[in-house]
Amino acid sequence: MRRLLISIPYLWLLILFLVPFGIVLKIALSDVALSIPPYTPQLDLSEGWTGFRTFWAELDLENFWFLTEDDLYWKAYLSSLKIALIATFLTLLVGFPIAYGMANAPDHWRPTLMLLIILPFWTSFLIRVYAWIGILSNEGFLNQFLIWTGIIAEPAKILNTDIAVYIGIVYTYLPFMVLPIYATLEKLDGTLLEAAEDLGCTRIQAFWSVTAPLSKPGIIAGCFLVFIPALGEFVIPSLLGGSDTLMIGKVLWEEFFSNRDWPVASAVAVILLLILVVPIILFQRNEQKQREAEQ
Amino acid sequence: MRRMTSFNVVSLTMGFAFLYIPMLILVIYSFNASKLVTVWGGFSTKWYGELLQNEAFLDAAWVTIKVGLISSTIATILGTMAAFVLVRSGRFFGRTLFSGMIYAPLVMPEVITGLSLLLLFISIGLPRGVTTIVLAHATFSMCYVSVVVSSRMASFDRSLEEAAYDLGCTGWDAFKSVTLPIIAPAVISGWLLAFTLSLDDLVIASFTAGPASTTLPIKIFSSVRLGVSPEINALSTIIIAIVTVGVITASITSKRAIVKKQREEQMADT
Repeated sequence: MRRLLISIPYLWLLILFLVPFGIVLKIALSDVALSIPPYTPQLDLSEGWTGFRTFWAELDLENFWFLTEDDLYWKAYLSSLKIALIATFLTLLVGFPIAYGMANAPDHWRPTLMLLIILPFWTSFLIRVYAWIGILSNEGFLNQFLIWTGIIAEPAKILNTDIAVYIGIVYTYLPFMVLPIYATLEKLDGTLLEAAEDLGCTRIQAFWSVTAPLSKPGIIAGCFLVFIPALGEFVIPSLLGGSDTLMIGKVLWEEFFSNRDWPVASAVAVILLLILVVPIILFQRNEQKQREAEQ
Repeated sequence: MRRMTSFNVVSLTMGFAFLYIPMLILVIYSFNASKLVTVWGGFSTKWYGELLQNEAFLDAAWVTIKVGLISSTIATILGTMAAFVLVRSGRFFGRTLFSGMIYAPLVMPEVITGLSLLLLFISIGLPRGVTTIVLAHATFSMCYVSVVVSSRMASFDRSLEEAAYDLGCTGWDAFKSVTLPIIAPAVISGWLLAFTLSLDDLVIASFTAGPASTTLPIKIFSSVRLGVSPEINALSTIIIAIVTVGVITASITSKRAIVKKQREEQMADT
């Protein structure tokens, strides 16, 4: 019974999660070809061991060399890192005051505020990104508003620029930043702040010497929860970004669907995964430290 | 020491305005008579009428709901099993790999999950369609379900199960009459999460869908790429309305359940 319980989900994940990665790695080492499926070599099991050996001999790192030679790819990796970092920082700037306000709100407001933060998360991601197209376009609501107030005379181009991508990421990932920060701020012991103020701190000093360091685990968790998915983001750059907005998720998509170059798309995926391993491990360390601190 | 300062009030107001104004604009302009999406041309519900006559959207909605219902049910069963394995099974061969495979899909970029699953389906010769989308969605949703259920199980009082065994229950009886009712709220919210994730998914569905199995997000994405359209505004409004009603109902029901439980506990104490 126990063995059955373990083996069903285990096998499911092995077949539908681990094996596919093996296939991606294998195709990343193959060459593109005009056949169905469009890559070579194919593993021919009917030839037995010799078939496997010729198959093995034809695998090479050519696609990875290609990625380093064509500057499109490393520019896309760098630009994804840059966009994800800046967007994470902006999300923190917008999210922290909200979490701080929620933690200071009267008790009977909190469930409602919490619901208001979570509600957008249940609404379709695609629709939330789409909502910004009408706002940011040249004749959109933001430009109409800015011209009406007299801040600008001519409509500014915001849609199809990196700025629109930042807005999209901040907007869609805001709950991921607010919730962990709120969770740490809520547990914060208020007497520490009182002590700081009794000892002569101003409220701003008390904030920087008590609240900020104690909310660090929540800030770190929130930043990773935004940074990690933002790095491989596809929907936001393709709907809000311009043709010159380079993000690796978009490059992978186009390599696969437009160029039908499966081996290069797979190599792009392998490298993206290698880049992500570092922040994921750091994130898990942070989570573990927090759990140990709680015990 | 909690104080609601004016800074708090301003940041909350601005924050929630930022979160809700874009959606509010979307909802208001879905009732716009004008085809021009940024110019108000009077109140009208004609886009809803056109939406209901658009066969392509209706077909896609049906595929999406079907995929969502089947995949979230599979994901809930597998995810609950996986949660049991994580919390209860102790050490077994390959445990680290197992928990790694549970947590990895949560942080995996969707483009990679989609690409790898598609390559698997092609290499085993499975034709792309509803089945492949269901398999893909069940796989990543089960990980979310198992996280939700296992966090509930970690705070589970095992002496209740032991009592059931002492009273002569078999393993299945004890599960059915003690364990399941206790973890039920987590299982239900896991199912809802899996269902929402499935309805919402564009990237993985795009990789694993065949030409005859377009889901609603794929359909929305391809028409949104051409720009804003009032029909999509109407569709978005319907989705926002369903989600809002659903989430508020769920939160009120769970709040009532908590209040009821507290009352019962108070009664038991007195």
